[in-house]
Amino acid sequence: MAEGIQLRLKQRGPIPLDARLKCAPGQVLALVGPSGSGKTTILRAIAGLLRVAEGEIRCAGESWFDSGRGVYHETRQRRVGYVFQNYALFPHLSALHNVMEAMLDRPVAEREQRARDVLARVRLAGLESRVPAALSGGQQQRVAVARALAREPQVLLLDEPFSAVDRATRQRLYRELAELRRDLAMPVILVTHDLDEALMLADQLCVLHQGRTLQSGEPYAVMTRPDTVEVAQLVGLRNVFRAGVVGHDEARALTIIEWRGHRLEARLQTAFKPGTQITWVIPQGHIMLHRRDRPSRGERENPVSGPVIECLPLGENVALTVAVNGPDRPPLFLTVPAHVARRNGIAMGVEIGLSLLADGIHLMPSDDTRTPAKPR
Amino acid sequence: MDWSALSLSLKLAGLTVLILLPLGIWAGHGLAAHQFRGKAWVEAMLALPLVLPPTVLGYYLLVAMGGASPVGQFYESVFGQPLVFSFEGLLLASVIFNIPFAIQPMQRGFDAIAPEVRDAAACCGLSRWRTLWRIELPLAWPGVLSAVVLTFAHTLGEFGVVLMVGGSIPGETKTVAIAIYDRVQAFDTAGAGVMSAALLLISLVAIGAAYFTHARSRIRRYG
Repeated sequence: MAEGIQLRLKQRGPIPLDARLKCAPGQVLALVGPSGSGKTTILRAIAGLLRVAEGEIRCAGESWFDSGRGVYHETRQRRVGYVFQNYALFPHLSALHNVMEAMLDRPVAEREQRARDVLARVRLAGLESRVPAALSGGQQQRVAVARALAREPQVLLLDEPFSAVDRATRQRLYRELAELRRDLAMPVILVTHDLDEALMLADQLCVLHQGRTLQSGEPYAVMTRPDTVEVAQLVGLRNVFRAGVVGHDEARALTIIEWRGHRLEARLQTAFKPGTQITWVIPQGHIMLHRRDRPSRGERENPVSGPVIECLPLGENVALTVAVNGPDRPPLFLTVPAHVARRNGIAMGVEIGLSLLADGIHLMPSDDTRTPAKPR
Repeated sequence: MDWSALSLSLKLAGLTVLILLPLGIWAGHGLAAHQFRGKAWVEAMLALPLVLPPTVLGYYLLVAMGGASPVGQFYESVFGQPLVFSFEGLLLASVIFNIPFAIQPMQRGFDAIAPEVRDAAACCGLSRWRTLWRIELPLAWPGVLSAVVLTFAHTLGEFGVVLMVGGSIPGETKTVAIAIYDRVQAFDTAGAGVMSAALLLISLVAIGAAYFTHARSRIRRYG
């Protein structure tokens, strides 16, 4: 593959890494993981700001780093656009000159006009002469994006670019970046710990933990069908339980599992043989609340019930914790809109019925070593 | 007023600043931007002139530059005159005892630059030289300015080291600080007062100008 970026990085310390990534031109790859998982370290290694012990980085058909062949390009020799977490704008230079500094390989006469064009592209026309301190957080972020794009980079690296702005500005910047990325021809790597951000902006998602790339794929798939319990927990899935595989019903495309005495129908997953112990997970969006006033057909699908043991209002939604088969076993978590909770009279101690939608039940190998949620 | 002493002091201070400015930028930048083994010892060595009594520093410089020392012998063999009790010797001593006054403020100035700003400059493709010239020096400017003013004012006022290394040769090593002392010894308090006032005024103007420039550059940068 002569285009896009591919990399393999490995080192034991000081920051342990064991990562493999690739991102095609025009695609956005989100790196997600908890703090200290190595997300920023990978970006820094791509930019050449950090030298990793072992590995390879190839971008746009060019080798930037190859420990085996002794190839190492300095940062200045790599065409990267890097938007730092706190933007790292040059504080003494105007927005225009911040952008112009990234265009030194262009003829002097062209630079100013081209910098103005790039600033206009990120909606900063008219603010060119302002220094960073005279710009809002959102405007500073746009200058940083403009400066990164001005270099016509072969890869665009975004390190938590939305973390330093307020929520309203963030929503606006999401839309702008989503619009902008349609015109970008280079691979874009976005570091974030916000999974919603990754779902909204990324084509590919890669989950990192302690420097290791655990799973890569289409964001919704990774978030609903994790490979392991570790990934499930890292992408915030809380409904993780253990069960046994009963058998497969290929005609109905279902796998039957037994969980706490319930026979549950799951999407067909023949990789798991009947009789094996597995861990299963269900995203909250696949748990359906039964209406107490009007039962419907959907309620026949994997019905379970139990009392609400926690009812936490979160603005427009309510987070519910439901004890299924006794209070001493790990509960089910789900979020329902506040009006649904009100209409159904949901409160602490109220018995409610739920359907676990078969399509959302995802099986994973049983993992006894990593069970922080104590699935049972 | 001993004009010859005053002009000698100004010449000594000016030349000391000229020599230490590039040296201080190089060392201050290097110390701020790099981590290396033994850095604390290097910093301690550079700070030593701050804590040593001027007479002790002067004594060691006198010994190190005297006719019996390799430095002194080498200088004498090349230039045909001794290094001590000459303007050149005084200048060398002045450069050495001003090292901390020049390097420390510059190092603090470069230290204050966020490391990401340097990283951003590299990602923009800026060469090391352009990064220094276009990004780091303007940002470390208050530190550089402080270093220049401190070095200048400190040289004007230095007494102990000058006396030890240079003595008091009119037109050669007799600076205004020595001249003031001489006048006091001769009970010419009026002459000493005039020269002290001149020294006070020059120092005040230099420091005032530095503060004023610093404040203006802050207003320009942060509005």
